[in-house]
Amino acid sequence: MNFRFKHILSSFIVALALLVNLPIFAQNPDSPASPVEAQAPVVTEGGAEATEHHEGAAAEEAEGPFNINKVLFGHVMDSHDWHIFSYGKGHEATHVSMPLPVIVYSASRGVSMFSSSHFHHGHETYDGYAMTAIDGGNNMKEKISIVGSDEKVYDFSITKSVLCMFISIAILFLIMFAVAKRSKRNGIAKAPTGIQNAIEPLVTFIRDDVAKAYLGNKYAKYLPLLLTFFFFIWINNLLGLLPLGFNFTGNIAVTALLALVFFAVMMINSNKYFWGHIFNPPGVPLAIKFILVPIEFISIFIKPVALALRLFANIFAGHTIIICVISLIFIFAEKFGTGLGWGTSLISIAFTVFMFFLELLVAAIQAFIFTNLAAIFIGSAIEEHHHDDAHGAEHAMAH
Amino acid sequence: MELLLPELGLFIWTLLAFVIVFLILKKFAWKPILATLNDREKSIADSIASADKVRQEMENMKSENEQLLNQAREERSLMLKEAKDTKDKIVNDAKAQAIEEANKIMADARAQIQNEKMAALTDVKNQMGKLVIEVSEKVLRKELSDKSAQENYISTLAKEIKLN
Repeated sequence: MNFRFKHILSSFIVALALLVNLPIFAQNPDSPASPVEAQAPVVTEGGAEATEHHEGAAAEEAEGPFNINKVLFGHVMDSHDWHIFSYGKGHEATHVSMPLPVIVYSASRGVSMFSSSHFHHGHETYDGYAMTAIDGGNNMKEKISIVGSDEKVYDFSITKSVLCMFISIAILFLIMFAVAKRSKRNGIAKAPTGIQNAIEPLVTFIRDDVAKAYLGNKYAKYLPLLLTFFFFIWINNLLGLLPLGFNFTGNIAVTALLALVFFAVMMINSNKYFWGHIFNPPGVPLAIKFILVPIEFISIFIKPVALALRLFANIFAGHTIIICVISLIFIFAEKFGTGLGWGTSLISIAFTVFMFFLELLVAAIQAFIFTNLAAIFIGSAIEEHHHDDAHGAEHAMAH
Repeated sequence: MELLLPELGLFIWTLLAFVIVFLILKKFAWKPILATLNDREKSIADSIASADKVRQEMENMKSENEQLLNQAREERSLMLKEAKDTKDKIVNDAKAQAIEEANKIMADARAQIQNEKMAALTDVKNQMGKLVIEVSEKVLRKELSDKSAQENYISTLAKEIKLN
């Protein structure tokens, strides 16, 4: 019974995954930057304005050819509202989206907080603030500025990615608190039950094959951080695969922050042996040291940069490939007729399904790799050398 | 290029959220989960160790039991053998004694019989002697009363003696 339920659930998820991009490409023919937007029912304001803007928009922007740039960057870039899906065609299209709170700070105006629906996707100004898409609107990066002023505006809005993070944190808490509760309730006398069985092997894996393997006997201090890295990244990677339009771990700000947290932990805990090996590599001729020391020094900063870029690039690339493959359908349909569009959809969907399975794997692998490399780098910074350096090297080799 | 420039807002939100998530999970999730995992592993290791110990003890006891059993068996057979020997000895001794006793009784009986017989014979001899003497006296008294007959007889006897 349980097995059958899981079967149905997994089929449902696959079906959902197939539909993932429908909301995204549904808006494509009308171009995602279309000003014609209706507010989601959850929003109190703006819903009634839909018709009004239909007319305004029609005059403003003609329906252009399929623009894959806008489709792609509309998905992968952060935005101030959460676009869920659209239906209808051209100027009649209705976009179901959820406006998100805008929180901005500027020196002259202080903190302002209002709904992003006031901007009407950049077509209106509100309270002296305007939202524009930089780079001609192609990459969809939104910038909030003060109308008629060059003053720097600090944007702390709850954007789509921040919302995604909050959702993922809620899921993370739900899962982990459930496991913690079962852990406490079952204790060691009873066998683990339910979700505890799913999470415990992963925790054991991170503890034994990552923390203990690279951090030695000091692993316990860093294990909570490594576990948080792994599950936080993994859940966000998976959330990015759901058809909700999220791309959290494929955002450089996020991966840079995670890498900086790792970097701070590594720097705070690094010991004199680590710095000694960088500024005075043992057993190296003086002439070589002049070359080696700068390289070693730069390598410290390359580590977090590599971590940030690897995670960002992997997730970003996955999303890009899937959107491009799906977009092929519309490009072919536009260029060669609807029939070929339908034909292409067969190949595109098949390849997208394949990509989704690959991305499921990538989601877990990248979370693991980030955690694993963080453990290796921290391990190299906290490693103790009890003897002289030549001996220490042997000691390290033996391990 | 905009793609590679981190947005300040998202960065700050992620920083805040990640640090808070880390602290909350560390205290309320990782701590109990890891404690349970470690405790369970320790208890499993302990259980295996104690099971090994018990098995070892069982094996020791088993071999000890075997040894005791063998010893008991040996002792039993030894005791049986001894008992048999003792029994045989007792039986043989008793037999020998009985034979000896019987022989002695027989010898005594024979001696007694001999004595009785001798006594009886002596008695008979004495009686017969008395009787002979009485009869002889009577005969002699009768014979000696007739003078002529005595002379006849003496003459007969005298005739029988032939002098060469």
